[in-house]
Amino acid sequence: MASGLRSVPPKAIAPPAPPMASIQALNVLAALLEARTGQQIVRHRSTRVDTVLLPLMRERRLETLDQLVIAILDGSDPSLAGRVVDALVNCETSFFRDPHVFDTIVETIATVEKTGRRARIWSVGCSTGQEPLSIAMAFAERHERIGTPIPEIVATDVSEAALARARAGSYTQFEVQRGLPIRHLVRWFEGRADNEWIVRPELLRHIAFRQMNLVSDPPPGGGFDLVLCRNVMLYFAAEPKQRAFQTLASAMRPSGGLILGAGETVIGQTDLFRLNPGGRGLYEKIDGDTVPRPA
Amino acid sequence: MKTCLVVDDSKVIRKVARHILETLDLEVREAGDGREALEACLESVPDVVLLDWNMPVMSGMDFLRALREARIEPRPRIVFCTTENGMAHIRAAIDAGADEYIMKPFDRETLESKLQLVGMI
Ligand SMILES: C[S@@+](CC[C@H](N)C(=O)[O-])C[C@H]1O[C@@H](n2cnc3c(N)ncnc32)[C@H](O)[C@@H]1O
Repeated sequence: MASGLRSVPPKAIAPPAPPMASIQALNVLAALLEARTGQQIVRHRSTRVDTVLLPLMRERRLETLDQLVIAILDGSDPSLAGRVVDALVNCETSFFRDPHVFDTIVETIATVEKTGRRARIWSVGCSTGQEPLSIAMAFAERHERIGTPIPEIVATDVSEAALARARAGSYTQFEVQRGLPIRHLVRWFEGRADNEWIVRPELLRHIAFRQMNLVSDPPPGGGFDLVLCRNVMLYFAAEPKQRAFQTLASAMRPSGGLILGAGETVIGQTDLFRLNPGGRGLYEKIDGDTVPRPA
Repeated sequence: MKTCLVVDDSKVIRKVARHILETLDLEVREAGDGREALEACLESVPDVVLLDWNMPVMSGMDFLRALREARIEPRPRIVFCTTENGMAHIRAAIDAGADEYIMKPFDRETLESKLQLVGMI
C-alpha cells in the first residue's frame, strides 16, 4: 500500500474521481504537514493528496479540499488538522522489512549482551508496529533457543492513528502476509473472524509505544544501544533532518548504532554519524562531547 | 530460471498466478489437481509448488503425502495457497511439510513476499 492506514491495497478499491483543489489549498496542506512532521509533500506524491484525504472529507461531509482547508483554518474542529496529517504521512511498512537488517540487529545486540547489560532498542517512526514487533519476535525466539535476554524496545511515531493500531496489535490478512514467515504467524498471532490477526500479548508487552515527533519532541531517555530510523526522513526538508539527526544522536549511548532505510545514508547529511567499519549498513555515533543534547 | 508448479482447480487462479510468477522471472507449469501435480513432479521436479488445498481427484494434502512417499529429490518447496485461513489448517499444513502458506485472496505483493521467504526470488 502506498500510504494511509488502510490495509486493503488501494488498487482493490475503485477510487471515485477526486475533487479538484486550488493551489492555495494544497499549499496550506503542505505547510501543515511540514510544520507538524518535517515532511515535504514531494511532487510525485502530491497527486494523491486528494485521494488519501477523501475518507476524512466524507466523514466530515466536506466536498472539496478547499472546504477541508477552511475547516482546518477556522479552528472549529481542533482534531481535524491532526487527522489530516495522519492521513498524509506515508505509513507503509511490513514485517521483517529488508530481512537482512534483522541479522544486523541481533549481531549488534549480541555484543551489548556481553557486557551483561540489558540492551535497549529504539524504533523511530514505527508506523503500525510491524518493525518493533519483528524485532521482538527475533529476540523472543532467540531467547527460547539460547536463553539470551530480550532487549527493551521503545517504539515511537508522530501519528496517533498508526500508534493506536500498533498498540492494538491487530493486523489484516494482507498485512500478516507481507514478510512474516508463516511459522511466526502461528507462534505469535491469534486468528479472529473477519480475517483479523491479533498479536499475542506476551509479545506485545516487550514494546513500549509512545507518541513522539522526531523533529520537535525530546527523545525517550535512558540511552539506546541501537536506533532504527528507517524510511522516516526520506521526505524531510534539510533543516528538520539536521534536528532529527541531533535528536537521534542525543538519545544514543556512546558508539551506539543507527540503522536507516535501504535507500538512506548519513553521508553528506550529518557529521554526527559515520559508517560502522563492520559495514552492513550500520552507522555509529561519533563519540565526543560535541553532540548537543536537545533542550 | 526456477520453475513453479501451480496446482489449482480454478483456471482463473492459475492464470492470475502464472501472470504474476512470470513477471517474477519464474518458469510456470500448471496442474488442475493433486494427481496431475504428482505426474508433473515425476516427470521433472519443480523448484516450488504453489498448492491449493481443496481440489477434486486429489487434494493438496494428499498430494503432499504422496510426494513424501515417492521420495522425490530434491524436495520442492511447498507453498500452500488456499481459502482455508484458520490456524488449525495452517498448523496441519506445516506439520505435513509445507514451507509457506498463502491465505487467499492473494495479490502480487503476497506472492512475491512468500516466494522470497522460501528463497525462490
Ligand atoms: C514509511 S513509514 C516507515 C515505517 C518503518 N520504520 C519501516 O521502515 O517499515 C514512516 C513513518 O514515519 C512516521 N513519521 C513521519 N514523520 C515523522 C516525525 N516527524 N516524527 C515521528 N515520526 C514520523 C510516519 O508517521 C510513518 O509512520
